[in-house]
Amino acid sequence: MTVKHSNRRYSEITGRAVLYAILIIVAIYYLIPLVIMISTSFRDMNDIRFGHLIDLPSSFSFEAWRMAWSEVQIGARRQLGLRPYFINSLLITIPAVTISVILGAVNGYVLSFWRFKGSNIFFALLLFGCFLPFQAILLPQATVLGKIGLSGTIPGLVLTHVVYGVAFTTLFYRNYYVSLPGELVKAAQLDGAGFWRIFWRIILPLSTPITVVAVIWQFTQIWNDFLFGVAFSSPQSQPVTVGLNNMVNSSTGEVRYNVDMAGAIIAALPTLAVYVIAGKYFVRGLTAGSVKG
Amino acid sequence: MKFQKTLLGAAIAGTLASGSMAGEVEVLHWWTSGGEAAAIAVLRDMVEEEGHTWTDFSVAGGAGENAMTVLRARAVSGNPPASAQIKGLEIQEWGDLGFLASLDDVAAANGWDDFLPEEVASVMKYNGEYVAVPVNVHRVNWMWINPEVLASAGASVPTTLDELWETADQLQEAGYTAIAHGGQAWQDATIFESLVLATGGPELYSRAFVDHDEDALTSDAMREAFTHLRRVTEYLDQGAPGRDWDQATSMVIRGEAGMQFMGDWAKGEFTAAGLTAGEDYLCVAFPGTEGTFTHNVDSLAMFEQRTEANREAQQTMARLVLSSDFQETFNQNKGSIPVRLDHDMSTFDECAQASMETFLATSQSGEGLVPSMAHGMSTTSSIQGAIYDVVTAYFNSTSMTEDQAVNRLAAAVRAAR
Amino acid sequence: MTQSPPLSEPTRAVRKVHKPSLGDRLAEQIPRLVVSPTMLIAVVFIYGFMIWTVVLSFSTSRILPRYEFIGWQNYQRLFGNERWMVALTNLGIYGVLFVVICLAIGLLLAILLDQKIRAEGFLRTVYLYPMALSFIVTGTVWKWLLNPSVGIQRFGRELGFENFRFDWLVSSDMSIYTVVIAAVWQSSGFVMALFLAGLRGVDDSIIKAAQIDGASRITVYTRIIIPSLRPVFFSAIIMLAHIAIKSFDLALALTGGGPGYSSDLPAIFMYQFSFTRGQMGVGAASAVIMLMGVMAILIPYLYSELRVKKDDR
Repeated sequence: MTVKHSNRRYSEITGRAVLYAILIIVAIYYLIPLVIMISTSFRDMNDIRFGHLIDLPSSFSFEAWRMAWSEVQIGARRQLGLRPYFINSLLITIPAVTISVILGAVNGYVLSFWRFKGSNIFFALLLFGCFLPFQAILLPQATVLGKIGLSGTIPGLVLTHVVYGVAFTTLFYRNYYVSLPGELVKAAQLDGAGFWRIFWRIILPLSTPITVVAVIWQFTQIWNDFLFGVAFSSPQSQPVTVGLNNMVNSSTGEVRYNVDMAGAIIAALPTLAVYVIAGKYFVRGLTAGSVKG
Repeated sequence: MKFQKTLLGAAIAGTLASGSMAGEVEVLHWWTSGGEAAAIAVLRDMVEEEGHTWTDFSVAGGAGENAMTVLRARAVSGNPPASAQIKGLEIQEWGDLGFLASLDDVAAANGWDDFLPEEVASVMKYNGEYVAVPVNVHRVNWMWINPEVLASAGASVPTTLDELWETADQLQEAGYTAIAHGGQAWQDATIFESLVLATGGPELYSRAFVDHDEDALTSDAMREAFTHLRRVTEYLDQGAPGRDWDQATSMVIRGEAGMQFMGDWAKGEFTAAGLTAGEDYLCVAFPGTEGTFTHNVDSLAMFEQRTEANREAQQTMARLVLSSDFQETFNQNKGSIPVRLDHDMSTFDECAQASMETFLATSQSGEGLVPSMAHGMSTTSSIQGAIYDVVTAYFNSTSMTEDQAVNRLAAAVRAAR
Repeated sequence: MTQSPPLSEPTRAVRKVHKPSLGDRLAEQIPRLVVSPTMLIAVVFIYGFMIWTVVLSFSTSRILPRYEFIGWQNYQRLFGNERWMVALTNLGIYGVLFVVICLAIGLLLAILLDQKIRAEGFLRTVYLYPMALSFIVTGTVWKWLLNPSVGIQRFGRELGFENFRFDWLVSSDMSIYTVVIAAVWQSSGFVMALFLAGLRGVDDSIIKAAQIDGASRITVYTRIIIPSLRPVFFSAIIMLAHIAIKSFDLALALTGGGPGYSSDLPAIFMYQFSFTRGQMGVGAASAVIMLMGVMAILIPYLYSELRVKKDDR
């Protein structure tokens, strides 16, 4: 955009000031709960019990963080802290995200460029399936997992997450691909490229932004899942949300908010890392000028 | 049913093998955090000292809500844990489904019938056989008091409901929050059951909450209990709805509030804050319920096992749970009292000793020992839930009358049966 | 213009030019083969279980499934329960507000962030992070913030505004709106990301052309860019509706369904009746009703969305 008149430039500057002001105010609103969590995690429990629940720490201590990670007694386990749960979560989340995103990408590719008779109906039925309340499938899924010998195992949890995640990844990719120019595939076909070749060479390189979205969504859903994690796990495969819940919730024990908050932030770190890393790829994609419609 | 057959087969196969073997015991429980986690870790150590492996299956949330979901998922997938923390009448429901294993051999060898109160033992038995082992006894009808606050308001410790309102008025006039309360359904129900015990006595309490007798549910005493419950709401602070019980206890600790109605687990918060029972805080029976005991017994039910070794580990654990050593350390940690009537209480604090005295007296006389409705001891989970819904709706409503409340209560109980 | 026609018809026409050899016929089946695992998943794990749930809703199941049938009794019990009606109404209020507010905030933030902002990466992460935190603990923080004697109201009063009130959390009439506040906080960032990815996919040349024609920036957005994001809206609405219907841990952690059961939601109701209250039949019936509700709203929407594509061809 070229700006010629000086008053136009002036309004441009105030416009940007307003823009930044809005963005920053919204950011502060979003950050308040995190600030409270971090501040609480540094406080001493007696401070909290005798003072206000929400307050700044009177002294800084990393004690709660260490406790949450490796020292707090959760149930009667020999291994202390959130660490073992954390590792289970990684073992569940990474394969489940990978598989469901790949399946979703390929499904989306078929549903937008290689339609067959009934492909729209298939897509609609798949989407409708997203709305089956997960609470309702706990028992039948437990039965199926028991029958195929995956009850209480990490592969069982991976399977469950893939099964109930693939509808979403398919949805994301399909809706992204339908807005891509169809001539891309048509031209490649005239050049004699086949199904997989077009996918690898043409479609996949264009899929970065939607892959970022799909990975963010799946990683978040699976990492933060509690319901499946609790219902289909055994003591050896419980994910971090179950560990966190065990640490935080005690029916009749005394409560340690500082450790709870530190634990919650620790449990969120991998997801945050994914946001930061994946977020970098947001700027790439179509704006790089790789497509001419 | 199908489950029963496979389990029966497994059990028969199991009895053919014998001898002492190291087995594994997987325990599903929700003692996950703080003092209660430390308490159950003691049992783990004891089981492992005997050469067995303890697999800790802890799942927290609510009063075991998530753990019960997990138990169902494990049951339908064909491998229930060796033992699960199940309470009250739910033990019977699992017994009906054919999942539970008999503990009669251990019980006979260790003389459980001699030292367990009849009231508690009957809950642990299915068709006359022990299928679960009690771990501890909580008393629910306690009132926790900050004596300094009462003194500065010129109030005295109430022993009847009339005195309670007098004290509450005095506290309120002096600028305190009279009653520290968390407005959650189970906490509302905890107060309500104590009020019913105070207005109707143990006999009516049992008719209403154990037998679900329609006349008892719509009786005048029940109406009166609702009237008092409404009055409780006048003495709360604005932040009460949704508050967790421990924060209500903190209000008493900090001296913002005068009293709280809560079971003996509240002691854990006072102890963690470094306070001493009888000096910095007082524990007295809920006004009008002196000499009665609302019990909340945690128990571990035993599931049929496939291997003899695991059966043995399971039976060993059951024996250890009722050993004096475990009863002592577990209950010291958790704030409850031992379930053994013959336990020496000298190392326990004042509140626990008082609790045990009442427990002994009521279980010997057979009067005044009642199961807690709010904590799932008196009735099935479906009826308990139905009562919760009515009580909490009334507690949070300004328009529902006592008559409507008792009628809805009776209708809800009928619908949930 | 930006909505390109999907390709299947022309594709096939192209392929038919060759002589159909065995390899070609196999190649023709590839698309179906590729989606067949997903079809299998849908048949077994979604529709199979759905039928199972329907069956259960007519049974006497209590703490575990049991296959003795009692007709419509569970449904009668369900609709005789006042709490269920409260939960359904709440889902209506909550679902609509949640979806609409999230869409509005998400779109707005995405557009603002797309103005070549400095520190875009940082701001984007700030808007996204709430989704990373599990509500098991965040619920506690929101509970503090919204509690009048602990959080926002106390701060307001300490700042000298004696009559400042913010007590929705403890009011039976307003508590469901606090669930909306926290839920929007948690999910709007993801909607922003979805839209941002969509905006990055809009063809720059069209925008430039419009600007050369003298269209103002606002016109460019309302006339060109936002309409071209239609598939993104589709994704976002499905996703948000999914979250709204399944909202469970959020409401449980924040209000516990209270005060009383004034902020109860169908998912909580279902879970409690199925698993903690030993009335699995009633729980299954509530799941079936939830599905029917979704069907009533979703089928027309899906139909119109998927049909538009066809007409475009």
